[in-house]
Amino acid sequence: MSSKDKMSEQAATEAGFDGQEWRAVEIGLEGLSRAAARRFGEAAWDAGEVDVAYASVESPFGPLIVAVTARGLARLAYPNEEADRVLADLAARVSPRVLESSRATDPVRRELDRYFEGRLRRFETKVDLSLVRGFTRDVLRATARIPFGRVSTYREVATRAGNPAAVRAAGNALGSNPVPIVVPCHRVLRTGGGLGGYTGGLDRKEALLRLEGVLEPEGAKEQKGRS
Amino acid sequence: MSRTEGRIPPFQTFLEEHRAVVYRFLLASAGPQDADDCFQETFLSALKAYPRLRHSDNLRGWVLAIATRKAIDAGRARSRRPVPVEELPEVVRAGEDPLVPFDPLWDAVRTLPPRQRVALVHRVVLDQTYAEMAAAIGGSVEAARANVYQALKKLRTEVTER
Repeated sequence: MSSKDKMSEQAATEAGFDGQEWRAVEIGLEGLSRAAARRFGEAAWDAGEVDVAYASVESPFGPLIVAVTARGLARLAYPNEEADRVLADLAARVSPRVLESSRATDPVRRELDRYFEGRLRRFETKVDLSLVRGFTRDVLRATARIPFGRVSTYREVATRAGNPAAVRAAGNALGSNPVPIVVPCHRVLRTGGGLGGYTGGLDRKEALLRLEGVLEPEGAKEQKGRS
Repeated sequence: MSRTEGRIPPFQTFLEEHRAVVYRFLLASAGPQDADDCFQETFLSALKAYPRLRHSDNLRGWVLAIATRKAIDAGRARSRRPVPVEELPEVVRAGEDPLVPFDPLWDAVRTLPPRQRVALVHRVVLDQTYAEMAAAIGGSVEAARANVYQALKKLRTEVTER
């Protein structure tokens, strides 16, 4: 409660509201304005006035933040990223017109749900790679073509992106993937089969590869291949 | 966090921060029947202008200025359009809804001319200073003062005559 609100509480008391009545008014205001704000988010997206719409989506890894533009999915953030930072970054780099909308993000959410249930092998959701440039974008484009249940290597995606020598740069590009899972950087391993790295943590890379049948199901793992 | 200081926050953050004060202002100045429409229009206007903002100083004052214009417009539209009896919006029974307190004073507030009414709400409901009010309503500090004075004078007459 800001000092201004305290002052109006005092004014309310002077105007003849008792404390309890005033709290009821405050609770009512909170609920009314929250509902109005939610309706506003959906209506604004329908009116085409939102540049980035986002929502929190439940997943086996915890709540993910998904953010879409008119062009497609621009960002998917794991729970270890702070939501406020993710949104501030989108505001600074894409547009400050960032608003929560479940309607705008529902198609992505539905596809993610089916993917995690093992019922979706290819995302139809379009991807907006405007947060990345140059070689990084080329590497992610090459990565997007690796099919479900298959793996590639850092060297191979570097080659497909047009620079076979840039193996390390390809690793960095995958590490900065703004849309993990949907652009499947978890399918890129080291030459020789080592898992390599992963932005969301190696446990998640392993979990995704198990889901896709590349790694043995949990319990059957005798070697993790982390050479 | 100096990196993000002065930057325009994501619109959702701005909306969350100011939705309650805007709703409070509109409920008192536009009335329960028009508050919601005015709220939607206020934030839609803000959203349209948002990419052109140069800095994030006093976003509260900025959005209250937009809400003030919407409340004045809604008041004018309402007074121009006579409402046929069968189209009367659902009446909230006095005393049942804490947001519409049964109070002859509030009934009198709603009959004030729009500018006087918004000035009074800025002063009494939001505790705005006259400088803040002048910025929100448009016009001078003296005009804001005069509007509040006229409003109070009219209310005093209205309420004591009943």
